[in-house]
Amino acid sequence: MNLAAGTNENLAHMSNVLIYSAMAIYMLAFFAHIAEWTFGARSKVGRTAAALTAPAAATASAPKVQVKKAGGGTAVLERPKIVTRSAAGSRDVPDGPGAAGGTEQGDLYGRIAISLTVLGFLLAVGGVVTRATSVQRAPWGNMYEFSITFSTVVVAAYLVLLATKVKVRWLGLPLVTAVLLDLGIATTVLYTSSDQLVPALHSYWLWIHVSCAIICGATFFIGGAGTLLYLFRDNYEAKVAAGKQPGATMTSVMERLPSAASLDKFSYRINAAVFPLWTFTIIAGAIWAGDAWGRYWGWDPKETWSFITWVVYACYLHARATAGWKGRKAAYLALFAFGCWIWNYYGVNIFINGKHSYAGV
Amino acid sequence: MSETETKTTEDDLGAAGSQLSTAPREESPSSLPAMGVFGWIRWFWRQLTSMRVALLLLLLLSLGAIPGSLIPQASIDQNKVDLFKSAHSFLTPIYEKIGMFHVYSSVWFSAIYILLFISLVGCIVPRTWTFVGQLRSRPPGAPRNLARLPAYTTWRTESSPEQVREAALAMMRKRRFRAHTAGDAVAAEKGYLRETGNLLFHIALIVLLLAFAAGQLWKSEGGKLMVEDTGDGFSNTLSQYDDFKPGTLFDSDELKPFSFTLDQFVGTYERTGPNRGTPRKYEAHVTYSKGVDGKDQKGVIKVNEPLIVDGTKVYLISHGYAPVVSVKDGSGKEIYREAVPLLPLDSNVTSTGAIKVMDGYKDPKGKKEQLGFNAMFVPTFKGHGTMMSQYPGLDFPVLALSGYHGSLGVDAGLPQSVYQLDSSKMTKFKDSKGDLLKKLLLPGETMKLPNGAGSIQFVGVKQWASFQISQQPGNDFALIGAITAILGLAGSLFIQRRRVWVRAVRGEDGTTVVEMAGLGRSESAKLPEELGRLAETLHSVAPSAPAVPSNESAETAEGAEK
Ligand code: HEM
Repeated sequence: MNLAAGTNENLAHMSNVLIYSAMAIYMLAFFAHIAEWTFGARSKVGRTAAALTAPAAATASAPKVQVKKAGGGTAVLERPKIVTRSAAGSRDVPDGPGAAGGTEQGDLYGRIAISLTVLGFLLAVGGVVTRATSVQRAPWGNMYEFSITFSTVVVAAYLVLLATKVKVRWLGLPLVTAVLLDLGIATTVLYTSSDQLVPALHSYWLWIHVSCAIICGATFFIGGAGTLLYLFRDNYEAKVAAGKQPGATMTSVMERLPSAASLDKFSYRINAAVFPLWTFTIIAGAIWAGDAWGRYWGWDPKETWSFITWVVYACYLHARATAGWKGRKAAYLALFAFGCWIWNYYGVNIFINGKHSYAGV
Repeated sequence: MSETETKTTEDDLGAAGSQLSTAPREESPSSLPAMGVFGWIRWFWRQLTSMRVALLLLLLLSLGAIPGSLIPQASIDQNKVDLFKSAHSFLTPIYEKIGMFHVYSSVWFSAIYILLFISLVGCIVPRTWTFVGQLRSRPPGAPRNLARLPAYTTWRTESSPEQVREAALAMMRKRRFRAHTAGDAVAAEKGYLRETGNLLFHIALIVLLLAFAAGQLWKSEGGKLMVEDTGDGFSNTLSQYDDFKPGTLFDSDELKPFSFTLDQFVGTYERTGPNRGTPRKYEAHVTYSKGVDGKDQKGVIKVNEPLIVDGTKVYLISHGYAPVVSVKDGSGKEIYREAVPLLPLDSNVTSTGAIKVMDGYKDPKGKKEQLGFNAMFVPTFKGHGTMMSQYPGLDFPVLALSGYHGSLGVDAGLPQSVYQLDSSKMTKFKDSKGDLLKKLLLPGETMKLPNGAGSIQFVGVKQWASFQISQQPGNDFALIGAITAILGLAGSLFIQRRRVWVRAVRGEDGTTVVEMAGLGRSESAKLPEELGRLAETLHSVAPSAPAVPSNESAETAEGAEK
């Protein structure tokens, strides 16, 4: 018995070391991203807003079918080219080149940053897994564990997007910053030594409900970051369209982001994709509450805030389908919804006592 | 901005872009209603069922739910409400007036969600009809200028226009598009499941609400405390509950007959480390039988695992200790022997309560009297000093008693807490110094009452567990509603409804100009990709004609539009 306890302590210690190492590596990734943005600022693209006002060349041009002559004179036909056009009424603004601003050096630092992020991620996964093994259960029995798992899943979601060739390199810096903040709070304020669960948390619904909640939060975070940048970029584009010239730094940063329309679409797609999962999370929670507390829904603060988050995201989805609410107004709703999620996670656990209060915060 | 946007799209596309969804058409909010009561009603109804108002109601619902999470709620914790009331003399009357202590059953909160659900019904019904209409009609024909659609491609081929259209029609049908030929073009549409999913989702919300309401109205919910290993059983009739909270429409005939007894309660706690004392396992081992006289079965109820008998659920809610005491009168005759449940005060189960000997006792002079003892119990005693328990397990159980005799006042008709002694009509037993008689007892020890008044013995300790027994109809419907909602939502959000047109006309140079274009409800990266795949397939059947100078090709394409 003692021996087993000893192994656990070792694993828990190892987990802490891994998490601290991950933080150190993320820190380096953070600096590499800073370098990426700094060197990216040297590119010409960063300084000119000309692209904004130029008509989108490809969109209106005549359709073309190209016929290539290969050696021997046989005509090899290429597949027909698809010409795309953005919706009528939206600005025809091309996407920016990304954080590196199209410069080689910026791009190099960007790649270094991503490699470091991958390394940090692997260490963090190690930290989460050792923590889980040390207690022999899912690594989300208290807020410390929830936080380290959450940040790891956020990075995983980002890396998945990168790997599937979605253009999200602009997300690197804000993401790494947020992850560092989350881990910083986790290791200082929320730290709880490894421990077993109280009986109320013994349930396979813990696995289902909480893992879904973490995945939703991570994805909502990425959607939220996209929305926030959309608002900045939209503001910027509107200024430029009105003939004003925003400051040099502003221009340099904004020009490198995707266009407002792309950012908006990106965040919508992210938020819409996880909304069904969030719905499922709440329902799974209700089923669990039905088993654990004898009622499915009791307006416990945590339940209430999950519901509020859900309704606000539903508002956001509705807003996108309602004339007069598209664009910025919908974006504010999306931010409010993500704010509700964060509040539900930190605020409700810390400031409000409900049935969901975890052992040791 | 959005208004111009809709305008341009519609000017551009005509009927082609219409009816891609069943969302109600937005009317400008300033449009004034026609005169007359009827006009106003219609106007009001239109407003209520418009997307804009649905959105506002949803927003209101989310905002309205907030105060209930910040202000104590009577339905959750009455104690906190009382504390709040005594601390805020200014806010309390205001809060009471606007129902802040029971937000989720308050008039204004109910108004929001009832309006929302009326709006929802008013929205679903016409949308369903529209959708059925769309299902029975065919996708609209190609717009005049396909090149202005979000995704577009064209090439020239030597196949005849008829061949191209035929191939296109076959291809579309094979890919499960609904397709038909209209004029010089094939019109095809796919993704009707999106609308189906969306409608299903909204209907499922109504089912959920109704199921929830039914559950609240017809539920029965009651509590029962049982001491382990006493043989006292519970059978599911009204009189056996300690407290009972039925829904407004509940009828006690609906209680399902069954019975159970608590054989043993097992609680284990962390032994070492910083979390010493945190509970690790709670199990209530029970024997139960279904029906009026079913056969006995064994079961275990855990915190997350209620016992389910015939649709009724028995939950383990809390537990505590029940010291077994034996009381003898002056003659040495045992007049009372019972396990007395005590109320836990802290996480280490320091417990307090009262032992009430109602009848059977006679004082040394033969006069009938009642006895009362204040009891304080700790499962793990520190060894000296404080009567605060050091650990929730039974390591060093100690019972502290102080005794009274006289009248317990239970006949006065006022409800009395079983955990509290009303000593106003009682006299203290005194020790040799004339103080209140009290003693700490270890299991097996006895406290003698003065002047031959008898004795009380701490025999041993049992555990008690309290259960919530609830029966709630509509849960199955709620679950079905929930699952439908998720499936519908997934269909609604992941499936794209889109249209594809293929136009094939003979160009001026004698070759056939093929044009393909796609239109989705929202712009999606998938649409051009899909169009690309379709074009590739069609292109393999109707390959490009040999190249002509590109400016000419462009002209041909334009010229082909007529
Ligand atoms: C009870 C509250 C409601 C909730 C939680 C809710 C939720 C949702 C959600 C999540 C969507 C997103 C699906 C999508 O974007 O395609 C949606 C779409 C939609 N909702 Fe609701 N809804 C509610 C009430 C209503 C009401 C009252 C109406 C009628 C006025 C309505 C009309 C619509 C329409 C027309 C769509 C489809 C929009 C589109 O085609 O994109 N909803 N709803």
